[in-house]
Amino acid sequence: MSRRPVGALPTGLLVLGAIYCLLPVSWVLISASKAPGELFTLGTLTPGTGLLENVRELNAYRHGVFWRWMLNSVVYAGGGALLSTLVSAVSGFALAKYAFPGRNLIFNVLIGGILVPSVVLAVPQYLLFSKLGMADTYWAVLLPQILHPYSIYLARVYASAAVPDSLLEAGRIDGASEGRLLARVAMPLMVPGMVTIFLFQFVAIWNNFLLPFIMLGDDGKFPLTVGLYTLLAAGANQPSLYNLIITGALLSIIPLIALFLTMQRYWRTDLSGGALKG
Amino acid sequence: MARTRGGAPRSSAPYLFLTPAIVLFLLFLAVPIGYTVHLALRRTRVSGLGLGKGSRREVFVGLDNLRAAVADGELWAGWLRVLGYGALVLVVMLGLALLFALLLDSAYVRLARFSRIAIFLPYAVPGVVASLLWGFLYLPSLTPIGGIDFLSASAVTYSMANVAVWGGTGFNMLVLYTNLRAIPRSYYEAARMDGASELAIALRVKIPMLVPAIILTTVFSIIATIQVFTEPTTLRPFSNTISSTWSPLMKVYRDAFVTGDLYSAAATSLVIAAVSLVLSFGFLRVVRGRAFGESR
Repeated sequence: MSRRPVGALPTGLLVLGAIYCLLPVSWVLISASKAPGELFTLGTLTPGTGLLENVRELNAYRHGVFWRWMLNSVVYAGGGALLSTLVSAVSGFALAKYAFPGRNLIFNVLIGGILVPSVVLAVPQYLLFSKLGMADTYWAVLLPQILHPYSIYLARVYASAAVPDSLLEAGRIDGASEGRLLARVAMPLMVPGMVTIFLFQFVAIWNNFLLPFIMLGDDGKFPLTVGLYTLLAAGANQPSLYNLIITGALLSIIPLIALFLTMQRYWRTDLSGGALKG
Repeated sequence: MARTRGGAPRSSAPYLFLTPAIVLFLLFLAVPIGYTVHLALRRTRVSGLGLGKGSRREVFVGLDNLRAAVADGELWAGWLRVLGYGALVLVVMLGLALLFALLLDSAYVRLARFSRIAIFLPYAVPGVVASLLWGFLYLPSLTPIGGIDFLSASAVTYSMANVAVWGGTGFNMLVLYTNLRAIPRSYYEAARMDGASELAIALRVKIPMLVPAIILTTVFSIIATIQVFTEPTTLRPFSNTISSTWSPLMKVYRDAFVTGDLYSAAATSLVIAAVSLVLSFGFLRVVRGRAFGESR
């Protein structure tokens, strides 16, 4: 008997799924290399000769607004995910490691936020921000995305598993304040879980379309999603703009795919194990 | 020093640590929800010729807006489209996610690592970009698959569902796969000793143990699908078969920002929220009843 039998059918099904998932990504990779004329004449999977020209054209489009969108996405996703991770970690630690009146009530109310559809929030958030004169600012996109109930839940689960009570007890006997215990004992132990929370929040904010689409009017503040949408809405009927849109789409997914491939071991959906296994 | 049974001292520390989350919850969840309810119960009334300041007043109209939203034919058409689309997405996406998770977990598969990364990859692609890529692949002048008009009125729902399935399968697969890996291997040994095939183990042992994770992913998927907005909005420039009120959320957007009727938009948002709560809790009730019925 062979050491490890291989099922042709299961492997075939899985590889078929992989090909389906890679199809649009490889298509955009190949299409972005095609000069305007080549897009309709070359075969779908034949690379063209126009990649550099396409990138140059995109750089020139409205004085390089595309790179502005890229930078904005980094600011929204990076800043938002960082703040979100800190708020979630501190809340999760408090909920996991302290017994206090109202703990379950606070946890349940915060977690209940998961069930609130974002639609009920985005429109009134816009109206309230505009009353304060803050719609169409970076804050309008950044602030509403900091609170993320599911991340608080994950942080609570992770804190209970990763922060030993005995360590906190020992710190208290040595006279450390609760704030110091949080900063010097709990947070360092929670770092692997916080990286996971950060990554999921980063992707969620980077991919968000509805909130910035509603909040922003000035295209200098757009993230990539809204920017590419406006480029598409302007260019869908003009095949001469297709190269620009396709090249923009390709460049826009490179940062996330890089993040995703380099941080493989942190992409987990279950943090109850405490420590991450490599 | 006063200490609770948990060992931590009685102090204000946990409340202090929770303050940022509670403040954010109030500002960006509770207040907007309250404001939506406030708007949904009101409407502007025009007095006189409607000219000049003070001729437009906000008045309380009770449930009128909600009644109008429930009776709105355009919205109903949107619900029907989203129901068909959503059923398709949920069944195909979660079915594929479960299939791939079980295949990855089986001992008989080669190229598992490559496939896992490839299938999870679309998660890194924003919905706008996914719709854009598939939109180009659907265009008759660019599509590699001839003979089908992917953007025709009869096919557009399937084409849109494909975008959502492509984007969502990987994440759900990862959730299910992570849960599968957490099951101790010894659970399968007994079944193997009894001569059960890998297929039988998957169906009789693995799937029943995955039920809580399947329920969780289903509820999250229901909530996301009801609010579908990005895919139809991004595919609209490619096709004239997608109306500006294709999904209920697109109607909210149009009411709020194109026609400027905030009161209808607020009422419709509440209806969408109610439908998604009813469906998620309804689903939970059904599966819970089913689960209790089956166990002993």
